[in-house]
Formats: sequence, C-alpha cells, structure tokens
Amino acid sequence: MSVDIVETTEPTPVKAGVRLRLLLHSRTGMVGLVIVAVLLLVALAQAVGLVGYDPLVQAPAVRLQGPSGAHWFGTDQFGRDVFSRVAAGVVNTARISLVAVAVATVIGTALGVIAGFYLKGTDAVISGATNILFAFPPLLLALSLASVMERNWFTVAVAIAIVYVPIFIRVARGPVMSLREIEYVRAAVSTGQSRMAIMLRHVLPNITSIVIVQVSLSLSWAVLTEASLSFLGLGTPPPAPSLGSMIYEARTLMYVAPSTMIAPGVVMVLLVVGLNLLGDGLRDVFDPRKRGT
Amino acid sequence: MTQFPWRRALRRVLSMLGTLLGVAVLVFIMLRAIPGSQITAGLGTEAAALTPDQRAALEAYYGIDKPLVVQFFNWLGNVLTGNLGFSSRAQTSVLNLTLGALPVTFELAVLSILLALLIGIPLGMLSASKPDSARDGLGQLVGLAGLSVPSFLLATVLMSWLSAKFAFNPNGEAYATLFEDPVRNLRQMLLPSLVLGFGIAAPIMRTTRTALLEVRSQDFVRTARAKGVGSRRLQVRHILGNALVPIVTMTGLQFGYLLGGAVVVEQIFSLPGIGRQVLIGIQGKEYAVVQSTVLIIALSFVLVNLATDLLYRIIDPRVRAE
Repeated sequence: MSVDIVETTEPTPVKAGVRLRLLLHSRTGMVGLVIVAVLLLVALAQAVGLVGYDPLVQAPAVRLQGPSGAHWFGTDQFGRDVFSRVAAGVVNTARISLVAVAVATVIGTALGVIAGFYLKGTDAVISGATNILFAFPPLLLALSLASVMERNWFTVAVAIAIVYVPIFIRVARGPVMSLREIEYVRAAVSTGQSRMAIMLRHVLPNITSIVIVQVSLSLSWAVLTEASLSFLGLGTPPPAPSLGSMIYEARTLMYVAPSTMIAPGVVMVLLVVGLNLLGDGLRDVFDPRKRGT
Repeated sequence: MTQFPWRRALRRVLSMLGTLLGVAVLVFIMLRAIPGSQITAGLGTEAAALTPDQRAALEAYYGIDKPLVVQFFNWLGNVLTGNLGFSSRAQTSVLNLTLGALPVTFELAVLSILLALLIGIPLGMLSASKPDSARDGLGQLVGLAGLSVPSFLLATVLMSWLSAKFAFNPNGEAYATLFEDPVRNLRQMLLPSLVLGFGIAAPIMRTTRTALLEVRSQDFVRTARAKGVGSRRLQVRHILGNALVPIVTMTGLQFGYLLGGAVVVEQIFSLPGIGRQVLIGIQGKEYAVVQSTVLIIALSFVLVNLATDLLYRIIDPRVRAE
C-alpha cells in the first residue's frame, strides 16, 4: 500500500513496437497481464449476465452455504451469491481505480509538464501545492476527502485521484526540466512555435514511458485504497458489492462460511499481485538501464 | 569541517512553514466543504426544529457566523496556543485526547519499523546474495506478498484465526500502556506491528536488494576484496554500509504509509491511537477532532521527512559536501 514513485530523470524515447516486444518477453509482466485480464474478463462476463446471479438478490433459504455447482463460492448471510458479488466487486474496484488513475494522470501530468517547462512563478505555485498534498499520509488524505464528500463511486474515485495528482506532477516535472534544455526543444522555441505545441509535440511524447510505468504502479495502489476505504465503511455505500466491505462483513463469518472471506480475499490479492507484476514488467521494459540485457 | 549551511537551512524551514500553512488551509476548506454545518451534524434531523434565534445562538457559539477568513485565523490561533477544540463524545479536550493517542501510535510506528527492518534487510541481503536463484525468487515472492496483501485483510484473518484456534486475543482486553503493564502492552502491540511491519518490509526488501546489487558491482568492492577484506566484513561494512542511503530514504518514506495504515490497523485491533481518533471523529461527525488531528498527523509527517533528510546527511558524507 506504499506509494511508489518512479524516479527517472532521463527522458527515454523508444519505439512502441520495441516496447511491446520487450513486454511480451518479460515473464513477470506477462504473468501480471494474464492475471488481470482473466479476472476482468470473468467479472465482465458476470456483469453482462453470462455467468452467476444478480449480486443483490437475497435468498434466505440458501444462506451461508459452502461452494457448490449452483454457487461456486457459496452464499453469504443473506443468501446472496458470493461469486457474483466478488465479480461485481471487481468491476466496482476496477471502475473506481481506472477513473481515479485516469484523472490523476491527465491533471498531474499536465501540471507537471507546465511546471517543468515554464519554471519560475508557475513552478513555484504548482510545486508548493504539490508539497501541501504530499504532507498528508496518502490513505489519510483519501479517507478525509472521502468522508467529506457525498458518498458514491465517483466521489471515491475523485478522493483517490486527488491523492495521486501530486505524484504525477513530480514524476513529469523532473524529466521536463531537463528536456527543455535539449537542442530540438530549444530549436522549436527559436522557430517561434507556440509553447502549447512544443509541450504537446516535443515534450509530452518523451515522458510517456515514465508516465505509463507510474500508471501501472498507481493502479495497484488505487485498488488497495478503494478496498481499505470500503473496509472502513467510507467506500461505495451498500448494498453495492465491494471487495473491502465484503471482507469486513465476513470477519464474523470466517468459521461459519469460510468462502465469504476466502473468495473476496484471494481475488483482491490476485488482482493486486497481477497489477504489481504488470508494473514490474513495464518498469523493466522502460528502464533504460535494463534495456539490452 | 564544512560550515553549517545557515542560509539553506533557513530557506528549508521557511518553505516547510509555508507548506504547513497550506496544509492548515486545505484541512479547513475540506471540512467546510461538508454539506451542512457542525449544528446539523450534531443534531441530525432535529436541527430542523431549531428556531432562527436558537440557530443564530448556536452559530455564534461555534463561531460559524463569522466570515470564513476570520474563522480560519481564529482556529489557527487556537491551534497555535494549544486549544485544539473539544470532543463532546469523549467529554474532554482534543489536546488531551491527542496527548493520550500520540504515544500509542508512536510506539506502534517504532515497533513496526523495527520489525520491517528486521524482516526486510536480511531478506534483501538474501535475495541479493545470489540474483535470479531460488532464494532470490523466495525473497521476491515475500516482497510481492507484502506489497499485495492489504493490511486490513491480513489483520482480520490473523486476528480471527489466532483467537479461534489458539484463544490468543490480547486486543480483546482493555488497552494498557507500556508503563501500566508492559507485558500486556507488548502482547497487544504484537499483531498490529507485525501487520504494519510486513507491509513496509516489502519496499525495504526491494530497495535493499537493488542497492546491494548496485554497490556490489562498484570498483571499491573489488579493490577491498583484492586487499583481502574478509567476506563478512565486506558484506556488512563495505557493501551494506554504502547501500544505507536508499534504505534509510525508503524507510523514511514508509512513515506516511505507517500513519495511514495505522488508521486501519488501530481500528481493527482497537488500539486507542491517533489514526483511530481520526476515524472515530469522522464517524461521529466531530469536525473539531478530525480537523485538529489531521493537522497534527500532517505536521508529524512533515517533521519525519525533515528528519530523514538530516539523517542521510549524517550517513552519507557526499550529500553533506554538496
């Protein structure tokens, strides 16, 4: 649950095809990709009604059953199908994490590029704001933000995004500061191109690799944060299924119906392991020091 | 002996004060963003029954009839003079609550970091001793588990399992401080610090491994080996000693995770620490408690970051010379 920051100051331009090939050759990256893809596919299959049941429908007659052909992961204290709830929980977590990281990536990268390119006053303001957000322990900030907003999946995503914006600012700003001194950027400036065009055409493409690695690292952290928030009762409100709140409810059922704890727990860990492996794979691919080995 | 860089230290302190002021503004705005006010939060739906006069009287009591800027500086002035507000739930001042809670979280943090270093550094050394071997794989696997198993899951499972199978549930008893009953206190700290420590051990392990591998490939290590420095002395004094800077930095960075993770873990294990204080404040809608406690946590986080900075100035002479 720690916040990893990629620390590379060197811009790293590599062709997209080379990157893909390297990723395909990275065993950890591929394992991670497969785990995440399988989990998401199964969850989506449930969401469109191909497998499982309605995760919200209660059936007291079949409450707290063990795994069976009808209920793969058993049922919970209200007779709801645990498999369907776990699948819906994965979709919920994925939706929140993706939106949160997407928002943080766009806003954070944009502000980071602007700060690193303009420097001076602009940089002082943006970096000052970054320092303020960095003064909060990440989970505490997400928690405080989630607690003051009206509770739905989108506000949870926004709370997580705000925590991640400063990280993307810091990740983008460093390399941009060195990029702006490079000849072709200075040449573009001297030929009178607009700053906007230079940032989009010459600066941004050179920091994409660093940003991509940070995105994959951030996703696993976002999943963990969302789960922690819903465990504490500050995530998506019930009855919407969420992995964190399922684990919270299962803590008293662990010995009566173990699958209510094991299923969301194992899926949660698998999802984060998958994202971490994918992140490690991407880092290996994009880290210039490891390329060519 | 280089001269102490007064000018830079001053700039550092000023920028830290600026950050803290920003933190205070953010915390203040965040809690003012809540729909409703302290009055509606405290009274719930009964707030609708208030006459305009009663409402005005309550607003004056809470000071929320004044402009926001005035409210902010009143609060800041109060905080600076040690008046952090009053908790109506606990019937005591937030300062008292905090003074009781800080040592709990501090002890938890220290024990967790110790456990994390005890797990993380040897594991990192083991992994680095033979890269890409079976033992490296094992070390990496433990590291991956530490990064991927959420603390609330580990805590819940550990607690339910140990209490059901071994009737070990020290956190079911009333909390005892280290001075009241050291044995009970340490038993109560054991599981929470293990859970938190395991989480931080992972990044420490990874950093140790990377740093060791990097240092090991440098020329001075080869020279030392050629000079006939013993294997143990080489590993500890020359290699680990030079790998300490990134390890210390990483450990310092984990402090933020620790303070956030403390919220979850203190809640699960019923430890009356600062994290639980925030959570209870949030659940009870006691904004005075949340506002001041979050500010104090942020302050301690900033101070720890400063301390980490100073620490590696001491460890690494190169940083000092710059």
